[in-house]
Amino acid sequence: MGAMIKRWGLCLTMAACSLLNTPAYAAPQLNGFAEWRGGLRLGGDAHQSNDATLDEARLQLDSSASWKNVQFRGKADFMYDAVDSEADIDPREVSAAISPLSAVDLKLGRQTLTWGVGDYLFINDLFPKDWKSFLLGRDDEYLKAPSDAVKASFFSDIANLDVVYTPRFNPDRYIDGKRVSFFNPRLNRLAGAGDAFAVEKRDDWFTDDEVAARISRNIGGFDAALYGYHGFWKSPMGFDAISEKATFPPLGVYGASVRGNVVRGVGSLETGYYDSPEDRSGDDPLVPNSQARVLVGYEQEIVTDFTVGGQYYLEHMMSFGAYRASLPNGTALADEDRHVLTSRLTWLALHQSLRLSLFTFYSPSDNDAYLRPTADYRIDDHWAASIGANLFMGESERTFFGQFEDAANVFASLRYGF
Amino acid sequence: MNNITSLCVSLATLLVWPVAAEEGQPGKATFSADQVVEKSHQAFYAAGADMKADVTMELITGDGKQRTRGLTMLRLNTSGGAAQKYFLYFKEPSDVRRMTFLVWKYPEKEDDRWIYIPAVDLVRRVAASDRRSSFVGSDFTYEDISGRDISADTHKFLREEKLGSNDCYVMESTPKETLDYVRRIAWIDTTTYLPLKEEYYDLRNELARVFTADTIENASSGAGRGEIPTVMKRTMRNVKSGHRTEVTFKSVSFNVGLTDDIFTERYLRQAPSKWVP
Repeated sequence: MGAMIKRWGLCLTMAACSLLNTPAYAAPQLNGFAEWRGGLRLGGDAHQSNDATLDEARLQLDSSASWKNVQFRGKADFMYDAVDSEADIDPREVSAAISPLSAVDLKLGRQTLTWGVGDYLFINDLFPKDWKSFLLGRDDEYLKAPSDAVKASFFSDIANLDVVYTPRFNPDRYIDGKRVSFFNPRLNRLAGAGDAFAVEKRDDWFTDDEVAARISRNIGGFDAALYGYHGFWKSPMGFDAISEKATFPPLGVYGASVRGNVVRGVGSLETGYYDSPEDRSGDDPLVPNSQARVLVGYEQEIVTDFTVGGQYYLEHMMSFGAYRASLPNGTALADEDRHVLTSRLTWLALHQSLRLSLFTFYSPSDNDAYLRPTADYRIDDHWAASIGANLFMGESERTFFGQFEDAANVFASLRYGF
Repeated sequence: MNNITSLCVSLATLLVWPVAAEEGQPGKATFSADQVVEKSHQAFYAAGADMKADVTMELITGDGKQRTRGLTMLRLNTSGGAAQKYFLYFKEPSDVRRMTFLVWKYPEKEDDRWIYIPAVDLVRRVAASDRRSSFVGSDFTYEDISGRDISADTHKFLREEKLGSNDCYVMESTPKETLDYVRRIAWIDTTTYLPLKEEYYDLRNELARVFTADTIENASSGAGRGEIPTVMKRTMRNVKSGHRTEVTFKSVSFNVGLTDDIFTERYLRQAPSKWVP
């Protein structure tokens, strides 16, 4: 840790030195959008008091400026949420970027980070997600929650290295029962807005920290990468029997990906090993077991303006026998292998101002599915409208998508961009 | 390797090609039909070692409704000019601001294409199988923007005629595979080798799209290197729908010193401020 601080200190000093040699310029620009978005539950949900899933007005302001050779960016959402009758500010980005050396980029502050090759499926991308926004039908932009981190990128002819250090754990904006009910195994039933869901905080600076790294390079047109992550399960997957709180157990992830042109489309492959150090033997039912994950994907524009993509995803639980033996009698048993198939159909029309899309998740092992049809229409260079739905189906309320059946919703939005 | 071989072959051919005419060859020139198209391709799509331009695209419907796309385009020739790399950084409209396209174009295999979506910091690979797809909803296809593989068509010299005040070779190019058009007739300026007009005929052999080079100006070719005639304004009109796209180039400069590293994921995620202010 000390060595890391020293190294950062050196980088910052070099950054400060390079500031002295460059002229200052570039006035700030202000862009953004104003949007109304509404959503309605399709059926009833006994655990939720409101059938409106979304009713919000949002103003996003996005500004960037540069001083010397530092690029600053600030982006914040100012919103009024009529479902909860509350106003909120969500700072999405507050960052400074600089290249202290020609082969080094640094970005400090709040920023959105993404890597990996999955489409709505993430293995080595352990940056925070906002699952609630996704399931409620906010814009795709909101699936990614921002990180408060330092990103250092080192570039060379051999490979590039990205290191992201998050000094205080950034969990997912996970499903907690508010607006979207979920299956709570502690209660052994669906839990909603009225059910207490106590989660142990993991917010100590520099102890509850995360490090994510990627080594990447292009090999003959293929994007290849190795990944490592040291931190915590991003959603509260563990349980502490003494405090009776859900917990974020430690997690290490090691993986690889490759992506490139295959036949007449784009093929992708990503794998990751999820090391759960508090339950390597697999016999603690309150901490997730280690897992092996893999996804294979292919996408092709099969006729002009119509693109079809598909993915196969596998989540394999390690030490399944120990897990099974550890479960108290009567507890529902998770599968050793969770298989998921996805498809994405995208059709562009009217000079690409109309985009129709259907994304489908289907799990043959869980026997559940999630359909996400959307239609986006760019009315002109400023106005855009969209409608869509989040449809969940499943035989059991205990499965990944099946538990959200009562959250099935339709949504619509109108946006003015500037 | 194949690219280099074919480049060497075409260079060698250029050097030793006899002045004698063959069928389908322009009268006063010493080049075959293929070579006229090759020279035109070079002048229109690959002039200089590199290029930087600010590009405005106006997408205009038959009844006059207009949408605008504004972008900065960087191009670098690689493999001795046989291949190109493109960096396209969108500035407007607001929903695509900071979105960036990176294309590594090869003459005889599928392009490698990436797109960067800034709101989620996402770099995606884009399937490049259909080069006939519209570029950002305009009347130009990807191929119209970056050039069609010359060996994918059979080229024929039709005649020499004036278009306005310019002497032109009128060339016919027929795709070897079935596409959305069966032939392209091009009016190629005999001096600059720039295409001044192109007509695309659809599967019914009816005129479907018309390209026109509306304004040609000389752009700087770098200090002491003279100037390069450049199409500063061009239009592609869909004759059947009445939709058209007008593209205006501004601040065009060649041989500005772009380097290979700009055309990588690093600058896809963070546009190079030196080139994309």
